[in-house]
Amino acid sequence: MIEPGTVANQTASGEIDLTQFYQVFFEEAGENLSSMETLLLAISVDEPAEDDLHAIFRAAHSIKGGAATFGFQDVTELTHELETLLDRVRKRELALSTEMIDVLLEAGDVLKAQLAAHQHGGEAAGDISTLLSHVRRLAGEDSVHGGAPAVPHASTRTLEMTIGPLGDLGIFDNVIELFGEIPDLGKITFLDDVSATCGTTSRRYRVETACPDEELCDLLGFHVSREQVRLVSPPAVAHVADEAVSGLPPLAGRDNGDPGYGLFDELPTKVVAAPSARTEPKVRVDRPAAGADAATLRVSVEKVDQLINLVGELVITQSMLSNKGRDIDSAKHAGMVGGLADLERNTRSLQEAVMSIRMIPMAVVFNRFPRMLRDLAAKLGKEIDLQTSGEATELDKGLIEKITDPLTHLIRNSVDHGIELPAARIAAGKPARGTLSLSAFHRGGSIIIEVRDDGAGLNRNRILAKARERGMAVSDAMADKDVWQLIWAPGFSTAEQVTDVSGRGVGMDVVTKNIAALGGSVELDSAEGLGTRVSVRLPLTLAIMDGMSVAVNGDTFILPLANVVESLQVSPDMLRTVVGEGRVAAIRDEYLPVVCLHEVLKSPTPKGASSSKILVIVEADGARTALMVDQLIGQHQVVVKNLEANYRKVPGVSGATILGDGRVALILDVAQVVAACSSGPRTTRPTHQPVH
Amino acid sequence: MQAQAPTTSQTSASTMPQVREFLTFKLGGEEYGIDILKVKEIRNYEAVTAIANAPDFIKGVVNLRGTIVPVVDMRIKFRLAEVTYDDFTVVIVLHVAGRIIGMVVDGVSDVLTLQPDEVRPAPDFSSTFDTDYIMGLGTVEQRMLILVDIEKLMTGEDMALVDQTTH
Repeated sequence: MIEPGTVANQTASGEIDLTQFYQVFFEEAGENLSSMETLLLAISVDEPAEDDLHAIFRAAHSIKGGAATFGFQDVTELTHELETLLDRVRKRELALSTEMIDVLLEAGDVLKAQLAAHQHGGEAAGDISTLLSHVRRLAGEDSVHGGAPAVPHASTRTLEMTIGPLGDLGIFDNVIELFGEIPDLGKITFLDDVSATCGTTSRRYRVETACPDEELCDLLGFHVSREQVRLVSPPAVAHVADEAVSGLPPLAGRDNGDPGYGLFDELPTKVVAAPSARTEPKVRVDRPAAGADAATLRVSVEKVDQLINLVGELVITQSMLSNKGRDIDSAKHAGMVGGLADLERNTRSLQEAVMSIRMIPMAVVFNRFPRMLRDLAAKLGKEIDLQTSGEATELDKGLIEKITDPLTHLIRNSVDHGIELPAARIAAGKPARGTLSLSAFHRGGSIIIEVRDDGAGLNRNRILAKARERGMAVSDAMADKDVWQLIWAPGFSTAEQVTDVSGRGVGMDVVTKNIAALGGSVELDSAEGLGTRVSVRLPLTLAIMDGMSVAVNGDTFILPLANVVESLQVSPDMLRTVVGEGRVAAIRDEYLPVVCLHEVLKSPTPKGASSSKILVIVEADGARTALMVDQLIGQHQVVVKNLEANYRKVPGVSGATILGDGRVALILDVAQVVAACSSGPRTTRPTHQPVH
Repeated sequence: MQAQAPTTSQTSASTMPQVREFLTFKLGGEEYGIDILKVKEIRNYEAVTAIANAPDFIKGVVNLRGTIVPVVDMRIKFRLAEVTYDDFTVVIVLHVAGRIIGMVVDGVSDVLTLQPDEVRPAPDFSSTFDTDYIMGLGTVEQRMLILVDIEKLMTGEDMALVDQTTH
């Protein structure tokens, strides 16, 4: 196979700066490793699916190829051993075992460390010889079939290879030698008469090989450049060769028990029938192709953000045009009106498509937890099932990256402190296996990620005792909700013993801090003996939102449509007062508290008399409230803009958007507006007083 | 003579950063100057979207080509008696502390280059009001120019423009 040393030499002499490709390699390798891990965790040991085995093999193979190119010898060495093992497994020469999965997962971790070390310069520390020998031992075990593996007929292909023009004719000998040196490569024979090639600088060969084109080109790359190699396997050639083979002395590649790579096991006929697909050396067959993956394109986030900004502008221009277009006489200018309608539809589709580029499903985050949970549970001697839901919920890429660490903390905490040991669970009348559920969903313009366990729950008395010990002001009469808040304090831990998993009290305060930095919040709910639920609420930055625009004091405000239940005209008998002050609205059989938006959103410059006529029933945090507004304007999608970028957080406002006429409208955070009113009128006063 | 040459060049090199260009604008009867490098653009005053419960000198927010920009009325901030919005009222769009902020003034007058000897230190009013942001007083053709460190002024706590918790 490829000798790392040779590759390194070539890199040095090739004068190509490979470092520019490092980033791509590291990204790809990272993806390959995580897909390998996901597959390994999901695979059934007894009946592994063919496709999965192939996919795992391809992942290892791709990493090896890249690592060899860049001269990362340790990575190449380890992946090579993995490849050997995986190759035998996927050809069913070895039966998959739990031990293998463990070793493969461990190897994946080592590879991750090695790659990280290379990425940040330097060599990975640590001795991997034990792991290597372990992998080798597994790979060397007796084959399940016993004896030599049966090589499928079609794994050998016949190709017509043309090399040249070359300046140094001695290289042709080197190529021939190459086939001699590498036994697995196959057989090479001259196609032309030696006398006929006199004076020319190209040679035609017939190559019988099991190697994919790309690998062949890589190997030949030691002697000749890629452009000088042409591989052709026209049907005619292939068939002729096949016929010739039967009458000819045994050809090396076919009968010497060449294990090949079996890449064509399943598609023997296709290779011959559709040879054109294989003529391009660039066709990469060893990629995780087909099935699970789609073709992807790597684009820098900056470019995507620029695109999103531009589309945002386009949406605003479009709504400006359609505003103006309303006055157009549709009878006279039917084409214009139709065009505007088309523009609106196309803009909307474009916007959705562009926004979706940055959105990544939560599955990306959730997928890393099965592995962590498996390791943690094993370490702590617990039995835990992981349930996930809402993996398809999409979140902005920036948020996805930042939410992973806090979630990891929460899960570790649940596993370590929440879920009890099997014996304790059985004693408590619960199933021995604990359940940890992760779910993600949209609610009221936010995304909520819940981590729920069915463990012991928080111990109120212990938290209070601990808080007293730390000199915090607490009392036994505190509401549960306030008691739970204590655990977010820095350094707070009630764990009886500090493990290397958690218990040092760092973590929980970091979780809140990180989530607050994202503009989100954390809520905790717990019942002793039943479990704990932590909800992380994240705002959707960079999102488009369905909003209902309402007029208050002559200004336009946007209510997130997700919060709006219904809206209705106020009739005089609907409004009542409670204790002379609090107003309620009688709507059907319910009395809903009324919040007058004029009062909450006191404008410093009122633009007209208020004339409340409409009640909008909104639902926030599980409670319904009636908001009184002047007028309903309409319902439309709005581009959420950040107020904090140039200004600051405004209580009761989650963001702003730009209306069709170019003006700014504030998007209300219904939950905050309602909370501010229910906790007393004081909180709606200015929070910052002018100093002078 | 020869000995003097390097001295001259040295002085000019050390004073170079002191020679600065200022955008001058009027607020009531006073004339102010700010570092022109902090100015992004100058726009006409157009209707703003008010923000509930904000201090009165924060007029609200406007849309500056897709960016939401807060607008501060310096005349209200400096408690000048007369605040009118007419054709001369302009918004100076500033780029300070990584943010974009609009500032309403009574009209932009000039761009002036001030030599260091034209700038006097600001007198100390410490007991009466906060003058940290006043860099000095300039004199141009008998007019007094109040030179303001606009970055310090805009990011100050009492401007309530920047969330202090996030800083």
